[in-house]
Amino acid sequence: MIVFAIASVTSRKMLRSVIYLLFVLIGIAGIFFLIDYNFLAAIQLTIYAGGIIVLLIFSVLLVHHIEMELEIAKTTKQLLTGSLCLIGLVIFLITIYSYDFKEVKNHLTTSTVDIGTKLLSYGPGGFILPFEVISVLLLAIMIGAIIIAKGSKPSNKNNSSI
Amino acid sequence: MNLTLGIINNIHDWLFGVMPEGMAAIVEMILIALVYLGIFSVVGLFLVLMERRVAAWFQLRIGPNRVGFQGLLQTVADALKLVSKELTGTTKADKFLYNLAPYFVIISSLMALAVFPFTKDFQAFDINIGIFFLIAISSIGVIGILLGGWASNNKFALIGAMRSGVQTISYELSIGLSLLTMVLIAGSLQLSEIVEVQKNGWLIVQGHLPAIIAFMIFMISGTAETNRAPFDMVEAESELGAGFHTEYSGMKFAYFFLAEFINMFIIAAIATTVFFGGWLSPFGLTESIPWLGVFWFLSKTLVLVFLIMWFRWTFPRLRVDQLLTLEWKYLLPINLVNMVVMAFIVWLNLTIQF
Repeated sequence: MIVFAIASVTSRKMLRSVIYLLFVLIGIAGIFFLIDYNFLAAIQLTIYAGGIIVLLIFSVLLVHHIEMELEIAKTTKQLLTGSLCLIGLVIFLITIYSYDFKEVKNHLTTSTVDIGTKLLSYGPGGFILPFEVISVLLLAIMIGAIIIAKGSKPSNKNNSSI
Repeated sequence: MNLTLGIINNIHDWLFGVMPEGMAAIVEMILIALVYLGIFSVVGLFLVLMERRVAAWFQLRIGPNRVGFQGLLQTVADALKLVSKELTGTTKADKFLYNLAPYFVIISSLMALAVFPFTKDFQAFDINIGIFFLIAISSIGVIGILLGGWASNNKFALIGAMRSGVQTISYELSIGLSLLTMVLIAGSLQLSEIVEVQKNGWLIVQGHLPAIIAFMIFMISGTAETNRAPFDMVEAESELGAGFHTEYSGMKFAYFFLAEFINMFIIAAIATTVFFGGWLSPFGLTESIPWLGVFWFLSKTLVLVFLIMWFRWTFPRLRVDQLLTLEWKYLLPINLVNMVVMAFIVWLNLTIQF
């Protein structure tokens, strides 16, 4: 996974790096499967591997020719991003190692029923508020997308040009 | 089946006796994978033959009938020929992605095959989110097609791949929603439990009207998802050559070809499991002989496969805009309304139980 992650940022062909990213995401799904979070793993596969990556591939297909290669950034830029990433990594590692994780003893598989009831329960520990907030956000995004799609002429629609 | 199960148990015990535990588990996994690869290739080859015979029957021909009894070995001979063929490729193609693409397609369909309960005891991976897993896996297969089309560096292949992407992403929604409608009545995502629920009547009978609508939508979008006629814009011969696999030859082409037929089998198998009671016999006819489950499962699936082939040789090909209109303006709203109706029926206990 780490190999693919490195390959994904170092590859100079755009679609190849997208595919390396796909391998990383599938690897994460595999880890979820191994720790018995089946639902989360399938979500990972559907949303990230199936949705986001296909979207990325689509945009690459539309704008990118097969012989094009990505430019190498300037040294100053490389140094800047490198140091920023290092700072981020250090902060991340410090938080992880300073937090006292507790080992969970049971190996029960979380069932979909549990997730569903927790998601819609308004008692303590329920997730109804975030759920509703996310739904409102999604609704707003959908309306925005429709307005953007309607704003241009019908001949400029994505579907008809494909 | 009892005999086979006995043999399987013996092998299991022997493996764990001879080797250390971790090693034996790995060897067992490899053996199971080999068995499934065997099923995979046999089913694929048989379906190709069946397609040709059915096509011939619809066109008042005889079809392949020379090699072996009634042409049974014809597709084996074809496969041998394809193996021995040279693997050509374009010089300006992206070699890595070009070679990777067929494996994407074939691995995703092979993974989907693993979760089906062929009979009560014959299921490789009884995951508790079975149906959801199937939907997730089927969304990965399209990446192979997109890659293959793009990496060939051929504009017809690229157009074919783009069409495939549009089509699969749109129709995945319909597949998911129509299966969700059935999950409402089954009350579980696990495939073995869905089959258990159907002991009181198949779900298409239990859920009567909305279930039949869901079944129709599922078959339409399933045909579209596997890129078969009348939805085969992806490889429309008269427009695009061979679509996304124009540049492929030999065994790599055969991978795409086999995967298409396996996907058809998978769609039919999902429909069998969810709507027609999987390995259950009609009216509990042969409940005392459990190994007949395989027979019932396969015969139901083959009938549905025949239905899909029937579509292919009956309807003319749609245009891309017609295809998208069908999905977004008709199937999706019908599906949403259908789901609400199904929820009401389950809520008010209006299901038909035997």
